[in-house]
Amino acid sequence: MSIWGRLTDKMEANYFYQNLYSWFDGYLPESLDWLVYTLTAFVMVITVINTLVITVALYSWFERRILARFQVRIGPNRWGPFGLFQPIADLIKSLTKEDLLPVGSDKWVFRLAPVIMFVPVAMVLSVVPFGKNTFIADLNIGILFIIAVTSLNTIGIFMAGWASGNKYAMFGAMRGVAQLISYEVPMVLSIVGVILLVSSLSMVDIVNNQGIPFVLLQPLGAFVFLVAASAEMGRAPFDILEAESELVAGYQTEYSGLKYLLILQAEFSAPIVHSAVIATLFLQGWRGPILPSHLWFFLKTFLVVFLLLWVRATFPRLRVDQILGFAWKGLLPLAMINLFVIAIEVQIWPSPSTSQLWIMAGINWIVMIGSVVLISNILGQSKYKANSNVVNTELTVSVKEVE
Amino acid sequence: MGIKSEPVTINVGPQHPSTHGVFRMRVTFDGERVLDVEPVFGYLHRGTEKLAEERNYTQIVTLTDRLDYTAAMSNNLAYVRAVEQLAGIQVPERAMYLRVIAAELQRIASHLIFVGFFLQELGAFGTPLMYSFRERERILDLFEMMCGARITLSYMRPGGVFQDTPEDYWPALNTFLTEIPHYLDEYENLVLDNEILLARTKNIGVLSHEIAVNSSISGPILRASGVKWDLRKANPYEVYDRVKFDIPTGSIGDNYDRFVVRIMEMRESIKIIEQCVQQIEKGEVRSKVPLIIRAPIGDAYSRIEAPKGELGFYLVSDGSIAPYRCKIRSPSFINLTILHDILVGGNLADLIVSFGSIDVNMGEVDR
Repeated sequence: MSIWGRLTDKMEANYFYQNLYSWFDGYLPESLDWLVYTLTAFVMVITVINTLVITVALYSWFERRILARFQVRIGPNRWGPFGLFQPIADLIKSLTKEDLLPVGSDKWVFRLAPVIMFVPVAMVLSVVPFGKNTFIADLNIGILFIIAVTSLNTIGIFMAGWASGNKYAMFGAMRGVAQLISYEVPMVLSIVGVILLVSSLSMVDIVNNQGIPFVLLQPLGAFVFLVAASAEMGRAPFDILEAESELVAGYQTEYSGLKYLLILQAEFSAPIVHSAVIATLFLQGWRGPILPSHLWFFLKTFLVVFLLLWVRATFPRLRVDQILGFAWKGLLPLAMINLFVIAIEVQIWPSPSTSQLWIMAGINWIVMIGSVVLISNILGQSKYKANSNVVNTELTVSVKEVE
Repeated sequence: MGIKSEPVTINVGPQHPSTHGVFRMRVTFDGERVLDVEPVFGYLHRGTEKLAEERNYTQIVTLTDRLDYTAAMSNNLAYVRAVEQLAGIQVPERAMYLRVIAAELQRIASHLIFVGFFLQELGAFGTPLMYSFRERERILDLFEMMCGARITLSYMRPGGVFQDTPEDYWPALNTFLTEIPHYLDEYENLVLDNEILLARTKNIGVLSHEIAVNSSISGPILRASGVKWDLRKANPYEVYDRVKFDIPTGSIGDNYDRFVVRIMEMRESIKIIEQCVQQIEKGEVRSKVPLIIRAPIGDAYSRIEAPKGELGFYLVSDGSIAPYRCKIRSPSFINLTILHDILVGGNLADLIVSFGSIDVNMGEVDR
């Protein structure tokens, strides 16, 4: 069997691919099988990337509207119904801006950085199943692929910060690298729990083998992944790499015009893509009763996006040392506890029935509450008590009115 | 071979999102740690003191609005008190109460701005700012009822206030007074026990009371360091000796204390306003004072407890219609002297927060 044959076999179950393939096949002669395959793949990639771009545009509107609601404002509502065309207006504005290249910049690195930041985020979508039998590729190392490509983001940020030739950008980049690398460790460890349960790295298999949502089965892993993922995309309360009130705009300080637009694109895609991954790993992906699978996937992604937005609208930012401390002293032990407990449970019940899964869930919830309370008591701050140990220095100053 | 590293010098400001206008700090960093801070200011200098020499005593009121533009009432009050001392003008009872009510409302408004921007600088993106501005808006509405303006008020005049309050002012003030404690409760519940806020502000930017007193710091910063000093008690002016209120103090003078002291001060201000509303009686709001005041030769210094600290006006008269010299002792400017003490040794994120906790207003610093 040729390589094309093997690849097409692999895609048997993929409706998205099947429909496109048979459509092209009807127009082209049989000798051009390789061309049919290539065209199909091309169209699939173009579709997904454009879907991402349009979703990001709509998401930017959504984020601004929801954030405005949190902040007792109205948000963009001028252009189009409910301000829905606002992203288009923003796009036109950004396109007409002058594209500046700072004098002190490393030109090619400066130009490449936005691309390197955007591409990995888009690549993650290639292994995420959007619905029943709808995905671009069913990689057998799907989740490993996601970890690998998302960590490329770090390089993009450091390139942007370094090449700008700006000290604020450099500070942002250095913070970013420290943070992103630290949070990858608990993130990966929390995924291992999922892999142990489904014994597969493929995203499609993870959804198929997810009898009950893993957020119920291993809440600790879901929590650690959610926190680590929000740190990975540098969103509040982990937004120290672009900390507006401290570093002006962090690594993106010097960017303008189209390059800035591309950075924004990467930044706004990150929540969507990460939410899609969280929905797949912990919320049963596209599975759900009654409604079509694509809609379920959309709803779950939307739920996680909203949760992240809520956190962003609520919390102040941590300091860089506290953020790193939280990764190594807080999240890493939690991820390890989760991993140990899951590993022991998998040893006890190698192929659990539904009732055994619920017993596992019960144990995991108890472990989660216990460990989170323990860690937060160790790391937490003492609560404020009004006027505790006040040393009032009453000054006796004789006041003489100036006549 | 070790890694060679050298300190980095960064200009934080004048164009920076959180320098409260156009303040500039030339900061030397070792990594993220602050080694040295050098304040640079004067970008907003408008020559208020010199301009005052060219205007008559009534006109200068409008100049004082532009000093601390978040607390125009307090500036008005400090100035008109200096003129009254200089020219020996009596103020009617009702005007004194109205002045105190206005000044305390202004204190709440100014502290609300502080709360909002302080949390903004901590990284709470926009939300607390918008909430505190929602409440401030109500105070501005009250000011609009009093004098028609919202920010640059010019409400007070030598000899009283601009005009008596309209009839619908008192119900509006009462509604505000009953509602604002709930809002303050809401802030305290949301903010004071927040884990991240505690981690970011506790034991950061500690200012001992010795340094505070030696650098002649005043206002909430001094009280946060544990010194119970408030001009409203120590040197009562207007009707402050007729109302009961406490002076909230902090314990160690860190950023958290400075934050909490201001929230508690807002509650005390509400108490003062409530008592004033009970005590106020009908009467004149402005004594007969000529539009162009000719003060006798001499000088006068008046000081009040402005939201940001001790605000003083020193006026020297040569007998003409304009002051010979007008010196403004602005609290923000003097409070900046502790900058080096509380910033050095912290890191970049603490630098912004500690600077924010001083609550300076550049209009007042540069004058």
